[in-house]
Amino acid sequence: MTLDTKDPVYLTDTLIAEDIDAYLLKHQHKTMLRFITCGSVDDGKSTLIGRLLYDSKMIFEDQLASLENDSKNVGTQAGEIDFALLVDGLAAEREQGITIDVAYRFFATDKRKFIVADTPGHEQYTRNMVTGASTADLAVILIDARQGVLTQTKRHSYLVNQLGIRNVVLAINKMDLVDYSAERFYEIVGEYSHFAKQIGMESFLPIPISGLKGDNIVTKSEHMAWFQGPTLLGHLEQAPISDARMQDHPFRMAVQWVNRPNLDFRGFAGFIGAGVVRPGDAIRVLPSGKTTRVKSIVTYDGNLDQAIAGQSVTLTFEDEIDCSRGDVIVKSDEPCEVADQFEATLVWMSEEEMLPGRPYILKIGTQSVTATVTEPKYEVNVNTLEHLASKTLGLNAIGAVNISTDRAIPFEAYDKNPDLGGFILIDRMTNATVAAGMIKFALRRSQNIHWQAVDVDRDAHASLKNQKAAVVWFTGLSGSGKSTIANIVEKKLHALGKHTFLLDGDNVRHGLNRDLGFTDADRVENIRRVGEVSRLMTDAGLIVLTAFISPFRSERRMVRELLTNGEFVEVYVDTPLEVAEQRDVKGLYKKARAGELKNFTGIDSPYEAPETAELTVNTVELSAEEAAEKVVDYILKSSR
Amino acid sequence: MTTQPATEPELSTATLTHLQRLEAESIHIMREVVANADNPVMLYSVGKDSACMLHLAKKAFYPAPPPFPLMHVDTTWKFRAMYELRDRAAEDAGMKLIVHHNPEAVEKGINPFDHGSLHTDMWKTDGLKQALTKYNFDVAFGGARRDEEKSRAKERIFSFRSANHRWDPKNQRPELWRQYNTRKAKGESIRVFPLSNWTELDIWQYIHLEGIEIVPLYFSEPRPVVERDGLLIMVDDDRFRLNEGEVPQMKSVRFRTLGCYPLTGAVESEAKTLPEVIQEMLLTTTSERQGRAIDHDSAASMEKKKQEGYF
Repeated sequence: MTLDTKDPVYLTDTLIAEDIDAYLLKHQHKTMLRFITCGSVDDGKSTLIGRLLYDSKMIFEDQLASLENDSKNVGTQAGEIDFALLVDGLAAEREQGITIDVAYRFFATDKRKFIVADTPGHEQYTRNMVTGASTADLAVILIDARQGVLTQTKRHSYLVNQLGIRNVVLAINKMDLVDYSAERFYEIVGEYSHFAKQIGMESFLPIPISGLKGDNIVTKSEHMAWFQGPTLLGHLEQAPISDARMQDHPFRMAVQWVNRPNLDFRGFAGFIGAGVVRPGDAIRVLPSGKTTRVKSIVTYDGNLDQAIAGQSVTLTFEDEIDCSRGDVIVKSDEPCEVADQFEATLVWMSEEEMLPGRPYILKIGTQSVTATVTEPKYEVNVNTLEHLASKTLGLNAIGAVNISTDRAIPFEAYDKNPDLGGFILIDRMTNATVAAGMIKFALRRSQNIHWQAVDVDRDAHASLKNQKAAVVWFTGLSGSGKSTIANIVEKKLHALGKHTFLLDGDNVRHGLNRDLGFTDADRVENIRRVGEVSRLMTDAGLIVLTAFISPFRSERRMVRELLTNGEFVEVYVDTPLEVAEQRDVKGLYKKARAGELKNFTGIDSPYEAPETAELTVNTVELSAEEAAEKVVDYILKSSR
Repeated sequence: MTTQPATEPELSTATLTHLQRLEAESIHIMREVVANADNPVMLYSVGKDSACMLHLAKKAFYPAPPPFPLMHVDTTWKFRAMYELRDRAAEDAGMKLIVHHNPEAVEKGINPFDHGSLHTDMWKTDGLKQALTKYNFDVAFGGARRDEEKSRAKERIFSFRSANHRWDPKNQRPELWRQYNTRKAKGESIRVFPLSNWTELDIWQYIHLEGIEIVPLYFSEPRPVVERDGLLIMVDDDRFRLNEGEVPQMKSVRFRTLGCYPLTGAVESEAKTLPEVIQEMLLTTTSERQGRAIDHDSAASMEKKKQEGYF
């Protein structure tokens, strides 16, 4: 073998040989970490996993013989050991030379057992990566030191972050091919930091490695004395485990199965998703809300004094209350929410694209309900992170949607508790799993409010005012002049005897939308609320003027769709970024450039210019007065 | 933006061990099946993995007995010691035991000496399909693990079979979080592998820790063997056809995997206790399946067999 191998060091051979009982005792107390490796096609992912298996003695002699044989026939390492062949499982893939599905690998050290989800690097398999990431405590994102941060690196990082993995290792691989250069390493780390910040990744740990040569995998590299951090394996042995983190959360257990072997026993079997439970604890069954106390925690090995997140147990109650599969047992004074409408992130996993309005089966916790999905509020371009308007989601697409279920379900936001916030959608005809979803929050309209029919309708309101209701929607960059123009327009309309109301972005954020920030989700919600308020005002027959940046096409379209045809007048206040930045009326651009303001439209958050605005006013060519004149003309003309 | 500290604080004492986590996962999987299936069955092959799976089933439904039968798709060529444990284990668990023999294989007298790979195809592959159809089982638990060989590493925990029991590796359902999609069309069935994430070492450690009874063949003892094609084959009964001049030798051997006795290679060993077996396993350098003749054809053989319906 020509491979540069170091002695496999994970299993303490001496202890095994000399005192197997001591060894077994030690290994009974190992913990388990699940992680995912992601990287582009040639980042050396399979080689790295092969290396971990090899160094941990998970490769046996006969496998090694078969590996040596295969390396000669189909290997890519010029006859040398091709570790990638160890992990590329299915026959078809081996011939193609690429991994195409999720595969799980296992290895162990003295401290931990590891389960590695090996997922493919190429574009069309977002589905597989999301699947692998859903059960991972940690992600290893591989970068080829020669290539640096690629589009695929960004996509994988975005997905890892969306799936809520808090432990990220940036393994900068193939350091041997860049002369183990510290300069190159830090250059890549700098580039990645910038991107990580953009997607809201809280932290990551960069490690320079060579999977092929074994540098900083198990032992510290002799070639990179400049690197003070841990080896990859050293870190994997220390990193925190998600189950352990969930123990600090209030108690949650979705009921899987009711155990009734005879009339005297009625137990509720389930996997504890979060928290701790003890006999005597006050609990609540959701969605019914009925309360009782835990009588006992029953297991085959005897009743327990306490059970924690990550255990499968059976609970009995003090009182006979209704409880069945699908219900969630929660800590009585810290219940989770119950709702029937949500905003969620969806990852579409089927060849057949999403059909808004079609009923799907939604499986969350241990229950299945019927659910419909709205048109996406936006689709995320996972390469550029841009929000795109979209009518549907195709295979491997990710987007934000509203979901409504046919009955209220207990849930938690995914980022707080993946166990009650992650769901799958199933096609009712084919039974295929078509999407994975993550709940962001419940929509407030979720409280089963029914529409109240009224006798004095919107037309009646408007005709009394002798006008046609409308929403004049000013959109454009901050500092483009939206508020100024809208203000002049309102004065002119008022002078003409029109009943108007001006909704200004800043003003609304002082009251109605005080709870919202400037993340994309909040921006979407901000516009949704303004859209709903505008609609109520048009019901009252008013001409509503709004001045909001409203950067995303999809939200503006959402408001347009709330209104009757012709009522929505989109006015694009077209001002180039340089001009707006030069004006900088509120000093915001200066702050944004200095990094004091995050998610600022035009700087680090996109602005999607209208494609089919009713009216465009260019504020470089026109004065505010002239622009307002143009808008008033349009309104008067269209309201005739 | 900060980079992570190199070391994390001490793990809390409440952190579950790897075996506790694996156990909880397997129990969760079994309960999902029982809550969703119409007519589940647990395939029981009497090996150590089956023993482990049966033990987990007892835990999952305690204090009720596991609410499904055990089924052994038999070839009539297993070791005698296996039949003995099989009947007792089912009785101890309070479960019904179904033993299926492919009537066609019985009639034709299919055996490992005359029929080569047809022996496995007919008794096991065809036999399993027949039995599942005969009893109308819609979900069958199997004890396969992902670390056994490469094509298994990509198989799902809930693995779907078409109405004619075929596996389509290109069209598997994604498994996210703990959400298993158990819906199927009429005629389709699911093979469920609750031990998917266990390794051979995990299984041994668990058997040791929980004191699970396994077939004594796993422990070394002097046994009559002959050497064929590099495998040590035990002469377990008088159906064994000795070649001209072949005389069984008494050797201290044990088995790392159990199947039809004329097809299962023994290893020479002195390991008489579970810790000694584990010790030997850790120090040894040949993988588990090498003792099985079925795998030797080609690396892709298992994948092909599985597509055709072999478990």
